Amino acid sequence: MTQTYVLTDLDKLEAEAVHIFREVAATIERPALLFSGGKDSVVMLHLAAKAFWPAPVPFPVMHIDTGQNFDEVIEFRDRTVERFGLRLIVASVQDDIDAGRVAEIGGPLGPRNKLQTVSLLRGIKENQFGAVFGGARRDEEKARAKERVFSFRDEFGQWDPKNQRPELWSLYNGRHRKGENIRVFPISNWTELDVWNYILREEIDLPDLYYAHDRTVVERDGMLLAVNRFIQPQGDEEPLEATVRFRTIGDATCTGCVESNATTPEAVVAEVAGARITERGATRADDAISEAGMEDRKKEGYF
Amino acid sequence: MSQLLRIATAGSVDDGKSTLIGRLLFDGKAIFEDQLGAIESASAARGHEGPDLALFTDGLRAEREQGITIDVAYRYFATPKRKFIIADTPGHIQYTRNMVTGASTADVALILIDARNGVLEQSRRHAFLATLLGIPHLVLCVNKMDLVGYSQERFNEIRTEFEAFASKLEVPDLTFIPVSALTGDNVVTPSAAMPWYEGPALLGHLEELHVASDRNLIDARMPVQYVIRPQQADFHDFRGYAGTVAGGVFRPGDEVVVLPSGFSTMVANVWGPGGTKLDEAFMGQAVTIELADNLDISRGDMLCRPNNRPTSTQDVDAMISWMDSDLTLSTDTTYTMLHTTRDTRVSVKELEYRLDINTLHRVEDADSLALNEIGRVRLRTQKPLHFDPYRRNRDTGSFILIDEATNNTVAAGMILGASQHEPNIVWHSGAVTREHRRTTGMTLWLTGLSGSGKSSVAVEVERRLVASGQPAYILDGDNLRHGLNADLGFSPEDRAENVRRVTEVARLIADAGVIAIVSLVSPYRADRDAARAAHEADGLPFLEIFMDTPLEVAEARDTKGLYAKARAGEILDFTGINAPYEAPLRPDLLLRPSDGDVGTLAGLVIECIEQRI
Ligand SMILES: Nc1nc2c(ncn2[C@@H]2O[C@H](COP(=O)(O)OP(=O)(O)O)[C@@H](O)[C@H]2O)c(=O)[nH]1
Repeated sequence: MTQTYVLTDLDKLEAEAVHIFREVAATIERPALLFSGGKDSVVMLHLAAKAFWPAPVPFPVMHIDTGQNFDEVIEFRDRTVERFGLRLIVASVQDDIDAGRVAEIGGPLGPRNKLQTVSLLRGIKENQFGAVFGGARRDEEKARAKERVFSFRDEFGQWDPKNQRPELWSLYNGRHRKGENIRVFPISNWTELDVWNYILREEIDLPDLYYAHDRTVVERDGMLLAVNRFIQPQGDEEPLEATVRFRTIGDATCTGCVESNATTPEAVVAEVAGARITERGATRADDAISEAGMEDRKKEGYF
Repeated sequence: MSQLLRIATAGSVDDGKSTLIGRLLFDGKAIFEDQLGAIESASAARGHEGPDLALFTDGLRAEREQGITIDVAYRYFATPKRKFIIADTPGHIQYTRNMVTGASTADVALILIDARNGVLEQSRRHAFLATLLGIPHLVLCVNKMDLVGYSQERFNEIRTEFEAFASKLEVPDLTFIPVSALTGDNVVTPSAAMPWYEGPALLGHLEELHVASDRNLIDARMPVQYVIRPQQADFHDFRGYAGTVAGGVFRPGDEVVVLPSGFSTMVANVWGPGGTKLDEAFMGQAVTIELADNLDISRGDMLCRPNNRPTSTQDVDAMISWMDSDLTLSTDTTYTMLHTTRDTRVSVKELEYRLDINTLHRVEDADSLALNEIGRVRLRTQKPLHFDPYRRNRDTGSFILIDEATNNTVAAGMILGASQHEPNIVWHSGAVTREHRRTTGMTLWLTGLSGSGKSSVAVEVERRLVASGQPAYILDGDNLRHGLNADLGFSPEDRAENVRRVTEVARLIADAGVIAIVSLVSPYRADRDAARAAHEADGLPFLEIFMDTPLEVAEARDTKGLYAKARAGEILDFTGINAPYEAPLRPDLLLRPSDGDVGTLAGLVIECIEQRI
């Protein structure tokens, strides 16, 4: 076979991400990787480990813990961090609520997604992180389609969509003053299908929630929500048994699942390739709020 | 093998760009049902019938309010054949910055033209920016064909007009497709309404586009990005140089040179991400290279091959696109430059001209550049840069400028070559032989009557060569007579000695890897043949270029008033009047005034050189 010197799509995306990790490690002081145990953050960690082989990943991971996680995911998080030999920093939303830095919306079981921003910014500030890696992808949502790979945040953690730094070639400008920081998105150009193909190819371990399993759910606002200590049937909702899997994993209070028989990465790839609804559209109650929901939250400092 | 294709789109407001992209995504089944639902409700809210596909690619709220796209938005879709990334850039002149950004990484540019309006100033601008940013493929979508009755005649008119303009740019590959974004004709499926069009629909064309050969696989380059030293028991002595290959191929066993130190060593191992052992690393791969010797190498250094090095200098000429809305380019300010993995401070020595990007005219007396303006500058860097001209390598030829007060990215730059105004500080280490020089030397020998145009062509050829990174130097007969040949007259013996001396100097220059451009009447065939023989004996290329300008024309020009003096008997032995000129029998290139202006003639010379390198 003649060598054509062509990289496959996945190799190209991997090379781009590896380049970004190395660039940050070489040019920005005190980076950290946001790690929730969700598939995008697991893929990021896998890429980071590959980028610095044979040395360990040269930065810690941080989890913004809403206190409303699926137990399985927290177990998975701890196991993974230990396997990679990393330092885990937890920024807890409950701490911020207890200290009165942020007010709960709708009681202890109310949605905490919006509250995360405060804990995230506190975590960045306390640890003086100059760069924070996030797993956001441009295909997820309209406002993200315009986000840079290196996204500048001012000292209040805010994103100014009208005043983004131009980003050309693979020259990334991560310069910032003390107190400011750079959010870095190494898998910006990946789609949900790319992520799954990569998980399949690299045999990346994920929380079991991502694969089809039997579970008690209720149907609410057109979504299937898992019944657990956060979610109980209300009014005339009938709990039902279903075979489901999660396409994204956010808080147990608001992340929906989809009916699926996909129990292996191969089966998930096939399912995602044929999907007709975006992963956020299918499973995130918090995004459905308004047409400009994500943009507003990002301006405040959310990922 | 599926191969990622990066597309940049450009069109003026209302040419139908958003609709076209929406159509590609919709017919390509990349729009999900919930997204379509959102578009349908937004369309209905605005009183549109059916989904307005343009809304799909319209991102931020500010844009929705103004109804225009104001920033680069990235879109993703895949067909069974290929994965695509679209950088959707706004077309208006005030968003040139965004188009430059989107174009910087694109393999192909889609430029939209409204068939009713034809080729407008902005279409030319888009094509120019695409070529400035080195996009190798250009597709011109003539849109809204439904509004011109799917007329072949109209399509051909536009095509002819655009081709005439494009011939002035360097467009490696240009394709025209008649489409209707609204009806979908020729977007994904071939159009029944335009049976006269025999080419593929847009999507088919994009799926088949061959981009593998666009990359530079010749010049091996790896800017060191990060040094990996685990200092752990199992990898105690491991010292890996991590980086993304920016050109060519590296294999274990290859001899490499590290710049700027100039030390050479060998590639010991090439590792892919995660420690996959590779036989070779090529352009675009993120790798880690272990070297045979322990050298002091850090981020910003460049690995290359001993006989193929980038140019190293502190003085470069570049085109820059200004991107900041508050600050303007200033020759008094020091900026930070990011080039490959290197950063250095840089000052702008001179703004040579600003380019009017609509007319492509040069505004020579410009003294600054503002947002969205493009110009040519001469820069001096604090540390030497190791670069290739941008047209040869987009990775080692590009840079950005950062304002040191705000940390904002204020300009994007494309290196043309080492500055022509400053002495070329091309640096080489150790004992080098001719093979080790990066550039190939040769001698161009321009012969012809006084006033035949040798010097003008020589000057233009020199300018172009140097601008492209190839050092060149003119040996002008008239000038040499003030120094080296000041003791010689115009007798046949003295003329022979004149030619001999110039030949010797040209040989030395050519041997040094520079193109010597001799501009000398040199009327005797025997003298020129001796010059050729001396070069050939040394293995140096020698091109005899005959400026075949008729005596009447040269005499009519009489730029130096010499013909008049010769006719008046004030000068003896003047070639063409009272001394012979023996025309070359087999020149390597023959130039006549009727072939075109100086630029055209210089172009012919450059072509001739390229065939010999
Ligand atoms: N008749 C016709 N109208 C078109 C076509 N493409 C776009 N349009 C219309 O032209 C207008 C501008 O299109 P839009 O996609 O928003 O243009 P953009 O500003 O270039 O993104 C809209 O009203 C479209 O419906 C076409 O092929 N035929």
